[in-house]
Amino acid sequence: MTDVSATGPVVSIRQVRVEFGAVKALDGVDFEIRPGEAVGLVGHNGAGKSTIVNVINGGLSPHKGEILYEGEPGGGITTARAHGVRCVFQELSLCPNLTVVENTRLMHAGLKGLGWRKRAHSLIRARMDEIFPGHGVDCLATVGSLSIAERQMVEIAINFVNVTEDPKLVILDEPTSSLDAGLAEQLMAYVRRFVRAGGSVLLISHILGEILSTSSRIVVMKDGRVVASRAAGEFSVKSLVEAMGSVVKETARNAAASGTSGEKVIDVAAAKGSSTPFYARKGEIIGLAGLGGHGQTTMLLDLFAESSSKWFPSAQKPMAFVAGDRALNGTFPLWSILRNLSIGNLPSMSKLAAVDTSREATHGEDWKSRMGIRTPDMTNPILSLSGGNQQKVLFARALAGSAAIVLMDDPMRGVDIGTKQEVYATLRREAQSGRTFIWYSTEMDEMRLCDRVYVFRDGAIVAELEGDAVTEDNILAASFSGEAA
Amino acid sequence: MRKTLSGLLPILIPAVSLAVLLAAVFYMQPRAMSYNGLNLLFNLAVPIALATIAQMIIMAVNDLDLSMGTFVSFAACVTAVYMPQQPLVAILILAGAVGIYALLGVIITLRDLPSIVVTLGMSFVWGGLAVLILPAPGGQAPVWLRALMVSKPTLVPMAIVASVVIAVIAHLLIMRSTFGVLLRGVGGNSRSVGRAGWSVLALKGAAYATAAVFAVLAGMALVGLTTSADANIALRYTLLSIAGVILGGGEFVGGRVSPIGAVIGALTLTLAGSFLSFLRISPDWQIGAQGGILIIVLALRLGINRGSRQEKTS
Repeated sequence: MTDVSATGPVVSIRQVRVEFGAVKALDGVDFEIRPGEAVGLVGHNGAGKSTIVNVINGGLSPHKGEILYEGEPGGGITTARAHGVRCVFQELSLCPNLTVVENTRLMHAGLKGLGWRKRAHSLIRARMDEIFPGHGVDCLATVGSLSIAERQMVEIAINFVNVTEDPKLVILDEPTSSLDAGLAEQLMAYVRRFVRAGGSVLLISHILGEILSTSSRIVVMKDGRVVASRAAGEFSVKSLVEAMGSVVKETARNAAASGTSGEKVIDVAAAKGSSTPFYARKGEIIGLAGLGGHGQTTMLLDLFAESSSKWFPSAQKPMAFVAGDRALNGTFPLWSILRNLSIGNLPSMSKLAAVDTSREATHGEDWKSRMGIRTPDMTNPILSLSGGNQQKVLFARALAGSAAIVLMDDPMRGVDIGTKQEVYATLRREAQSGRTFIWYSTEMDEMRLCDRVYVFRDGAIVAELEGDAVTEDNILAASFSGEAA
Repeated sequence: MRKTLSGLLPILIPAVSLAVLLAAVFYMQPRAMSYNGLNLLFNLAVPIALATIAQMIIMAVNDLDLSMGTFVSFAACVTAVYMPQQPLVAILILAGAVGIYALLGVIITLRDLPSIVVTLGMSFVWGGLAVLILPAPGGQAPVWLRALMVSKPTLVPMAIVASVVIAVIAHLLIMRSTFGVLLRGVGGNSRSVGRAGWSVLALKGAAYATAAVFAVLAGMALVGLTTSADANIALRYTLLSIAGVILGGGEFVGGRVSPIGAVIGALTLTLAGSFLSFLRISPDWQIGAQGGILIIVLALRLGINRGSRQEKTS
């Protein structure tokens, strides 16, 4: 093991730039992993963790910069796999209709010919036994019949199996999110053994204790850049959280010091696993913070479902919902801007069950000026607008109705900064006139606009911040748990 | 215990419903319980079983083929017109048709089109081609094909032997081979198949081509049984094949299919027709009654599945 390829970095990326529309996901990142290194990668939402993972595993080709696998330039999933790069994704990516053995085959093209089932079975069972002794998973069962934790164990083990080429770099994206403390410790112990034997691991986790105890080096990302890369021993939980936070600006909170003491419009008892009850007062802007996918969207959907009967859903909901995924569940792509706006409020604009077009047009012009929708003509197709202006239309749809509570599921995703400022102003105005907003956002700046913020972790509320306590440091500290699971 | 039960359940329900139906037929018409009787009961099940397997392969990759009936008719017309005198021409046409199916699979994946729309459109193309080839009912079965379909093996009738052979081959191909694993993987989670470095495009094309091969065999088997063809000979196969897959424990999405179940489903559907005739239900009511049988079996399956799921979570 003295040849150059063994001592050179397994993967190195240089000056990589990735952009999604106006958003710079990676802004000139240099990064490399050497054999025998366990690199911990931390950062808040939108820091570029997932993007960097996708660049390394070949699923995303960067717009600028180059990737070298063991010193050779290349790209694409096949090249990455040929150089021993494996990836355990955050969301489970096994085929639920296949057995564990068949899923192993799917991940490893080398398992073929007669008797592949038997070989795959012994390989995966040996690896499972090695990583999670006493796991009790039947490798001949279909994945769909396993529990979430068992699926995660299987997916991890499959990626450590070696058939034709050894795994050289295994990327673990939140590998312990569904494992209990005992299993997580088994996994971390295995990762340490794997690294000692010369493998390398890229570990992403919101549990900082895990990162600190397992990694040899920690890379901190923020806003698409690497802001720190030092030996793990030089970090503590506190210094990690500080490194993730913003260093430049700590602008004064522009949330009006609205000593809201209005009546409670929503009051939910503390969910299991949490000691903080959720409530919202009239005229408040409530933020739901935390890392993406830790239960915020579920909370919003639950609130929305609770607002009307499950058996006979009524159209007269006391709540409006502004979806984050515009294309999927927001806009009607074939309709005009006006129709996309008026659909939320048709009964008030109709006469004898027919839409009164002049009233609809007035309604459109009214909201066009109130929201500042930039279009010469409201009858243009909705897709002629920029993403931000489409989002304004969706906001207008929600605000035009009589709903007293507006739920927002990360609505500002991919919206430019100017438009955001306009929408923020509208939100503030509407809140003062008595509406309540419940706002899930992955962006720190937006959380600072809220009167109160609930921080989510692992599907439960872990902290409630109010007034001046809503700071980036406090939110970060609550989103990442310090202790090991 | 959990594994053996849940593993067998999908295949157990269609098997039991077939057995119950068969027992009812035997009870009403004891003479059916003979070599010839069984052959007559299940003769027409062979092409339906083949078409069901073809449909099942398409459904394994989360698609649906609405042109199955017209395509089988087309294959039957080609077989009846060209196979006896110009076998080479017939084989070339049928191979070309398989190629078109592969292309359809590629286009559907590449452009992200709904398979229902594409195959619905293609059903008119196949129907038109069949009429062009054979404007009026006619043609003839090749001698060897006819001989194969009416051969009388000792002990077990041909219809049963053929069904078992079809089931075993399809089971080996779809459930045991690595190709089958990849196909069902595409149905289960095509993204992870792509992430593992496979070409989903090629897999879909291969799935459609394999399905077309089974559909062509269905057309040929049909001609072997009926000795002639007609452009509309197999139109009802579209719905029969879908019903057969579902009856046999398959599902519309998620890559959950069962070849053995699909063959049993096809046999059950054929038998249901005979059963209703034995009941002396007028042909006007038979389609409705067949639908009734389908609903009963599916309701049974739904109920049992729900029961076993509750057991697991509790």
